[in-house]
Amino acid sequence: MSPTIEITFTLNGMPKRISVDPTLSTLVMLREILGLTGTKYGCGEGECGACTILVDGKSANACLMFAADCDGRAIVTIEGVAIDRSADGLRQAFVDHGGVQCGFCTPGMVVQAKHTLDKQPHADRATIKRGLEGNICRCTGYKKIVDAVAAVSGTNS
Amino acid sequence: MTVIEKDSLIGKRLTKMDAPEKTAGKTRYIHDINLPGQLVGMILRTDRVHAIIKSIDTSAARALPGVHAVLTAKDLPQKGLGVNKDNPPLKGERVRCERDEIAAVAAESEEIAAQALRLIKVEYEDLAPLFDPEAALRPGAPVIHESKPDNVAMAFDYSHGDVVAGEAESDVVVEDTFTLHRVTHCCMGVSGIIADFEATSGNLTLYSNTQVPFLHKREFAEVLGMDPGRIRIIQPPIGGGFGSKLDIYPFEPICVYLAQATRRPVKLVFTRAEEFLASPTRQPAIVRLRSGAKKDGTLTFRTVDILLDNGGYTSWGATIPFVMMQTFSSLYRVPHCLYHTKAVYTNNPYAGSFRGYGNLQATFAIEAHMDKMADAIGMDALDFRMKNAQVAGEVTPQGMDFKTCGLQDCLTLAARDSDFAAKRSAYAARKGAVGGVKRGIGMASMLHVGGGAKIYPSDGCGTNIKLDDFGHVTIMTGASEIGQGSETVLAQLVCEELGVPMSAVTVVNNDTDITPWDVGVHASRTTFIAGNSAVGAARKAKAKILAAAAGLSNLPAEQLDLRGGHVIRAEDGESVMPLAKLLRSLHFSDKAELVTTSHYYEPPSVHQDKGFKGNVSAAYAWATQVVEIEVDTDTGIVTLLKVWAAHDVGRVLNRLGIEGQIEGGIVMGQGYALTEDMIMVEGHLKNAGFTDYKLITAPEIPEMSIEFIETMDGEGPQGAKGVGEAPAICMAAAIGNAIENATGVRLTSLPFTPERVYRGLKQGAAS
Ligand code: FES
Ligand code: FES
Repeated sequence: MSPTIEITFTLNGMPKRISVDPTLSTLVMLREILGLTGTKYGCGEGECGACTILVDGKSANACLMFAADCDGRAIVTIEGVAIDRSADGLRQAFVDHGGVQCGFCTPGMVVQAKHTLDKQPHADRATIKRGLEGNICRCTGYKKIVDAVAAVSGTNS
Repeated sequence: MTVIEKDSLIGKRLTKMDAPEKTAGKTRYIHDINLPGQLVGMILRTDRVHAIIKSIDTSAARALPGVHAVLTAKDLPQKGLGVNKDNPPLKGERVRCERDEIAAVAAESEEIAAQALRLIKVEYEDLAPLFDPEAALRPGAPVIHESKPDNVAMAFDYSHGDVVAGEAESDVVVEDTFTLHRVTHCCMGVSGIIADFEATSGNLTLYSNTQVPFLHKREFAEVLGMDPGRIRIIQPPIGGGFGSKLDIYPFEPICVYLAQATRRPVKLVFTRAEEFLASPTRQPAIVRLRSGAKKDGTLTFRTVDILLDNGGYTSWGATIPFVMMQTFSSLYRVPHCLYHTKAVYTNNPYAGSFRGYGNLQATFAIEAHMDKMADAIGMDALDFRMKNAQVAGEVTPQGMDFKTCGLQDCLTLAARDSDFAAKRSAYAARKGAVGGVKRGIGMASMLHVGGGAKIYPSDGCGTNIKLDDFGHVTIMTGASEIGQGSETVLAQLVCEELGVPMSAVTVVNNDTDITPWDVGVHASRTTFIAGNSAVGAARKAKAKILAAAAGLSNLPAEQLDLRGGHVIRAEDGESVMPLAKLLRSLHFSDKAELVTTSHYYEPPSVHQDKGFKGNVSAAYAWATQVVEIEVDTDTGIVTLLKVWAAHDVGRVLNRLGIEGQIEGGIVMGQGYALTEDMIMVEGHLKNAGFTDYKLITAPEIPEMSIEFIETMDGEGPQGAKGVGEAPAICMAAAIGNAIENATGVRLTSLPFTPERVYRGLKQGAAS
């Protein structure tokens, strides 16, 4: 057993202090240790976006990030987005525009979309699609997800 | 007095009932559930493709602290799983494909379980492998299962008419061999199960992703030698199904055995690599098709010979000829049809059911020939199809009874919207030009069951409905929600009957101890079968309510109706009393009655005879899809620009939901046609991850234009037919036709990767 590392960070706005194994991924820390299961495992190798979180406001794949690297950062997961009233419109847009089917990709999609819109509140459809390029959805065919985000950015045709 | 206006939900854009929780990350999938005291289950899989197991040494693994159980075949009864019962959960004597399960452990943590697997030593003696399905039929080929010395896992034969006579009257005959590849479902939620067994009661609770909970119950009981009554299957929300969860697979009983051995709950969840390796695939197929037509455009005959690579064991994949047959015999009117198929064992991964169930492969071949024959007789490709298209009222030689059929409307609408005829001839005129980017347009149509499929003794579904004192409706249905939106559609249908808003309904669909029997989510049957069942239960509830209201209001029940949460006077919509008040007065009166009803719906379809004739479905779905593409002839890259999809869906129930099904199906079909391919080298999968197994992503999707043809099926709930599989079926066929239109080269193998297209163009130009 490797010695653990103590890290301090904010998680969905609240300070957290926790000891982690240096090999632990942020995804496993969130899901297994902290019980935040909204962030999903889809591949574990940075290829599907199901584990997308925000790290200091930028989107990142939790499966590729060591938990130890959360030290000193602000981490926001889908649970953080869900309690953020300013993001209600985005979540509601996913509901209204049919951007959710099985829903397994949805938390990652919502977090990634939030990141895109935070950067570019009026992102057009092409920008939205590029923003979601790293997020795989097997159910929807993406169109309704793009519709949802574009409804928020005001660029729905 | 309040008047309540009529307001139908049918055809509206209703949001999915479970969507808000899903956007909040609150939905608990199997991966998110943990039981107290739970252990981690893990499976050791072989790295050989065909070998005798000489010994398995688990002593070091058993001795590892934190390991609670290590199981091998000798600890279990040797019962086979799957359609031919040829797949024991753990293999003790022989392995037949790369995924094969050798041993299983239950341990305190993932790390310990993984370490234990590494400590298990297996000695093998390799056997001659078999990878090529054509070689499997040659004399002297390695035999994969002793019980099937000819390597044929399953064969289907069908015929009508006389193909020799049909060929004799043909003016044009075309023949090709089409080679279809191996792809897999790639559900975003990987497979998993949690088994919780109590030894003293004998109760087994399974948390499972199955699409067929009631069939599974029976299969588990058989394999485990248990009383089915002691098995409860709870289905947490499923991260995608698409047919992958239609069979019982080795990991499921293995997990139960681990729970029994340890007397602890055991959770077994795949990694993504394991999901690629150990999930079923779509069946690879070699389709030899010979078709003929007369100069006037009448189809004359079709001779079909199909070889399917079954892989090492038999799951549902071997039965896809059952569906392919319908397309060959009945998508268009063909007077003479002869059809042979064999699914042969190899040492490749084995195939299961996958959205479309063989119909993608069949449609690919047929629609290529429809273009080819139209061009050969100099007839417009659309006119040729129109001339041979099925129409309502037709009973085909296979016995399929098309009470509603919108195929001609699908063809007309998709062609009109896409400007098909003009573009096809304009692009064809340029196909001889050398180099550069070329455009093409292509069309394909499809027929699929849309009213269930009578394959099991019953194709039915049960529904129980209860209303509470506040007018809240709980629907208990046997039909599972796998992301397709059945929950919302069933609620909608019940609301329509009971005149209550969607917010007054809860759907319970995930617990075999509560929900009535259903055969399962497959064959695009849920809206139709579970929908009719739900409507039946709702109508019984309505009759009960109106009878009670009649007693209280001195109006005859026939003059009453339900609307907006009220009992109303049918003629003017005047409220007689709120529904909740009526329910309470029924409950808290001398009658002391609760409104609960139950209905079982069995569709009016029949089991086919031994020759596969008979009306297997209560309704049939139709579609035409037209695609426009660009082919870069210098790189072989095919870009899908736009899809026009016209679907006969009977009637649109939830417009938002049905659009989502069609868009998702189109993009799944796009992946099948262009990018997805399981790369096998001597039985080993070389691309077990999303890095090299390329799924379509958001920037690559085409523009999609969807038209619905509402043929109002008399048997369907509110006129609706099934649609789940339909949209994925035409894409590869239409894209293949578009590539030919653009370049003049007919590609007969999938997928249309840049390399294959580039090579095809080079060869085509050379020949
Ligand atoms: S799980 Fe992290 S990208 Fe797939
Ligand atoms: S909704 Fe199922 S993967 Fe996106």
